[in-house]
Amino acid sequence: MKILVPISIVPDTTSKVAFTDGDTKYDKNNVTFILNPTDEWYALVRAVELVEANGGSVTVINVGEAANDQFIRKALAIGANNAVRIDAEAKDAFFVASQIAEHAKTEAYDLVITGKETIDYNGSQVGAMLAEMLDLPYVALVSKLEVAGTEATLEREIEGGVEVVAVNLPMVVGAEKGMGEQRIPNMRGIMQSRTKPLAVVPAVEVAEHVVVNKFELPAPKTGAKMIDADNIEELVRLLHEEAKAI
Amino acid sequence: MSVLVYIDQKNGQAKKASQEAATYAAKVADQLGVPAVGIYLGAADAAAVESMGNFGLSKVLHVNDEKFNTFDSGVFTKAICEAAEKEGSSVVIVSLNQNGKTVGGRVAVRMNAGFVSGASNLLSADFKVTKSVFSGKAVAELEYNSDKKVIGLSPNSIPVENTGGSAAVENFSPANTDFRVSVKEVKTQDGEIPLTEAEKVVSAGRGLKGPENWGMVEELAKELGAATACSRPVADLDWRPHHEHVGQTGVAIKPNLYIAIAISGAIQHLAGVNQSKVIVVINTDPEAPFFKAADYGIVGDAFEVVPKFVAAMKAFNAAK
Repeated sequence: MKILVPISIVPDTTSKVAFTDGDTKYDKNNVTFILNPTDEWYALVRAVELVEANGGSVTVINVGEAANDQFIRKALAIGANNAVRIDAEAKDAFFVASQIAEHAKTEAYDLVITGKETIDYNGSQVGAMLAEMLDLPYVALVSKLEVAGTEATLEREIEGGVEVVAVNLPMVVGAEKGMGEQRIPNMRGIMQSRTKPLAVVPAVEVAEHVVVNKFELPAPKTGAKMIDADNIEELVRLLHEEAKAI
Repeated sequence: MSVLVYIDQKNGQAKKASQEAATYAAKVADQLGVPAVGIYLGAADAAAVESMGNFGLSKVLHVNDEKFNTFDSGVFTKAICEAAEKEGSSVVIVSLNQNGKTVGGRVAVRMNAGFVSGASNLLSADFKVTKSVFSGKAVAELEYNSDKKVIGLSPNSIPVENTGGSAAVENFSPANTDFRVSVKEVKTQDGEIPLTEAEKVVSAGRGLKGPENWGMVEELAKELGAATACSRPVADLDWRPHHEHVGQTGVAIKPNLYIAIAISGAIQHLAGVNQSKVIVVINTDPEAPFFKAADYGIVGDAFEVVPKFVAAMKAFNAAK
């Protein structure tokens, strides 16, 4: 089985959010970057498990500059067999999906597994776009993925529960919590990751359909109005009359 | 020229998220001076389809076919794009609920359109939209360069408006019905308010000590007409089902009212709820970080405060 896992590099959840260039660009100064959690914990780990069980290979692909190689090596340490980095700044989801599709269209992957969304731009777009570019079935928000032969059985999140679906491979899957458990790379994995292949590939030209005019920080909360625990009626009154929430 | 909106339905009724999307589509169409048209995929009574006019749609293309009662993003994308072509729609709107997240990017690629995923406001006529980024910690203003535009509307961003209108229904048979995703089983609990659609949410954390103590949370939710949710540790301990987990790795929600009981408010939890309009925090620890993100706070023991809250809500509901 041949599996492709697109990975993003994103600011750590606890990073401060600030902007530069007239509030048009994210300020990367003093920011700790990480592998996007749903890509690493769920998509990559499940891909590695499937290959451990069935044979085959896991390729990770990232669209980004050379500074990302350390994170790509981490993905290799977790268990991916090889890596591809498209050497360009990841402008937006359409740009990223187009680059990955360009790579994937000649590689005949059985499965492409993305994380459900990145924690920076929260778009949840790359999986869907990639599926359309490759004309493959796509199931998103998947918490369980089993593969038997050429058929995948998946559980996907729907309103108030899950839906169990079956799809013949090849397909694209958007992974969320439940699909795998976070793996900490061991020393052997880290050693092996240094010599695993990492191909650096130039980007293809892509139209820019949507541009960011500016970023803004939301107005900070002014502080909670504290209500005495013995006076819940006051909370109900405020929720009704002041907040108009009930 | 028209604005097309994808209507996601369940059991022959448009989901709340799609009612919002239809309301939004009608307003966008109004600004452009063109009609708003819906594409309704799946078997439904004519009356249910006509009633989409109540949200401002003048016409609905109805794919009245049982096969479309189950969702396949590939088939649905082709149907939506075929409808957009037929109606000359250069703007397509989807609600970014579960199905919308799966189909939105596909439709944009197929139409060669720009896509904003998670728009939260009404458009100005020059197609500037805002969207929440960095898990609710910032807002981006975006602008389209492309002639064709797909807008993924974030659920619970705009209220549903009823115009009292009725839509003309036109039967529509998409060329492609080659379903590649087959649904084996649906596991949902009937009668519950789906968390992602809920306008009010009552959520509780590990401070409740065990799943046997959720009765009072459910009772409060019932009195408020709210959905129930939980923090990550609670889902990880299997005290509550996974789909109730809100936070960065769970579901991100933006209800009008979010009540957090015995949840300290770790940044990963806030990432999933910080777009809620009004936040109430109940916690024994006055230093709990959640109070900084709250609108109303009560320092107190959940086992004492919540039963009193239930009693106060019963009195409030009785007096209404």
